[in-house]
Amino acid sequence: MSAPDLGAAPVGAGLRVGVLALQGDVREHAAVLTALGAGVVLVRRASELDDVAGLVLPGGESSVMDKLTRRFALRDPLRERIAAGLPVYGTCAGLILLADRLLDGIAGQQTLGGLDATVRRNAFGAQNESFETRLAVPALGDAPVAATFIRAPEVVEVGAGVDVLARLADGRIVAVEQGPLLGTAFHPEVDGETRFHARFLEQVRAAV
Amino acid sequence: MTENTTTQTGGLRVKRGLAEMLKGGVIMDVVTAEQARIAEDAGAVAVMALERVPADIRAQGGVARMSDPDLIDQIIATVSIPVMAKARIGHQVEAQVLQALGVDYIDESEVLSPADYVNHIDKQPFTTPFVCGATNLGEALRRITEGAAMIRSKGEAGTGDVSEATKHIRTITGEIRALAAKSRDELYVAAKELQAPYDLVVEIAETGKLPVVLFTAGGVATPADAAFMMQLGADGVFVGSGIFKSGDPAARAAAIVKATAFFDDPAVIAEASRGLGEAMVGINVADLPAPHRLAERGW
Repeated sequence: MSAPDLGAAPVGAGLRVGVLALQGDVREHAAVLTALGAGVVLVRRASELDDVAGLVLPGGESSVMDKLTRRFALRDPLRERIAAGLPVYGTCAGLILLADRLLDGIAGQQTLGGLDATVRRNAFGAQNESFETRLAVPALGDAPVAATFIRAPEVVEVGAGVDVLARLADGRIVAVEQGPLLGTAFHPEVDGETRFHARFLEQVRAAV
Repeated sequence: MTENTTTQTGGLRVKRGLAEMLKGGVIMDVVTAEQARIAEDAGAVAVMALERVPADIRAQGGVARMSDPDLIDQIIATVSIPVMAKARIGHQVEAQVLQALGVDYIDESEVLSPADYVNHIDKQPFTTPFVCGATNLGEALRRITEGAAMIRSKGEAGTGDVSEATKHIRTITGEIRALAAKSRDELYVAAKELQAPYDLVVEIAETGKLPVVLFTAGGVATPADAAFMMQLGADGVFVGSGIFKSGDPAARAAAIVKATAFFDDPAVIAEASRGLGEAMVGINVADLPAPHRLAERGW
């Protein structure tokens, strides 16, 4: 085994990625991405999307992010970039935005789509049911993932091209991947867990 | 370690975490299920269910208490965004009832009549997280020590006068900056003066921020008011009487949501401020005699 290369560049070095910054836990995602060496652009306007090579859709209230992307003409540019292969990582509300099909949205709620999956909003109930647990995520190695679920969604069905990365003990799907699209029902960004973001940045590097 | 089998509810991370997810958003006071629907459609990140908005509590007087459980049930059944509700300061049983009703956040609020003039609720044993008001850093830290998972600067509710909200958010953020500038040996006295636990004071000095989300409240009535609070460092905004005491609540609610998200873009705020009809009439805080100032409740 070779000695670790202490001079190795961090996984995000030289990459510019966006965090959709209309509402939600933007700051937490930006902190993880910055710690991994990436340059972070807060995206609220279509023009801010132009020079990012990847995008994080944060946790927050999915119905509010949906409304604001439409009111500020961000929806179509986002859909175009996702369709063109932009690497995207969505957590919680971000996973909802990424899903092609949504259950239990508010009246008229739309998603951006791209991920061939059906996601149920507020699948675990109200805040009193919000929980922390540890998940086995074999794709990230042996160490379990500390996972915080806050009024979280679940993935109820996935298409043939979607890999399931993690399930709860009862079998419910809570982390998925489809090519450059990554989604988790929980929030690694509030737990000091960086492996999902590193995986996303590897996708970004492969795509640039 | 066992994976995928043990889960924990009601921990600090999920309590504080929900507030983290509300950042950049607007939480709106509603007194009926219909108003809750309007708020959700306008883009509220959460609603605060109460029986009377602060402007009416102020006008009608009397003891203001927790809302009727039927009203809270109706609002929970009507919207799918988080629902908050208010308990009186110190009234642990009102808080227990709200937890049993399944609200997402409990606001131990000075807008209601205090039930205990000495103690606040011990919030740590609850599964449901609490938000509490504060006028300064010491008050915020005492509430966090009792278990509050979110702080809102108090302002002066039900007035439509933003000046007290300005004062309180500036006081809290200014005191945090002052603490961050102190040397380690000065923090013992700082903790004494703030009347807050030393360890928490050290944490604030080191991180330069509260360990929980800081919203602002009390007097926000226009899109510009909301953006002003965000520019002063608030993580988000509570709007009470300002929406449903105005001429066109749905339009004003949507406009305040836009202005909060684009708080640093005057062109967006200008556009959002057009055609909203009458703002709430309001009361100048300077004209309020001291016993009628809600922000002085809580200590």
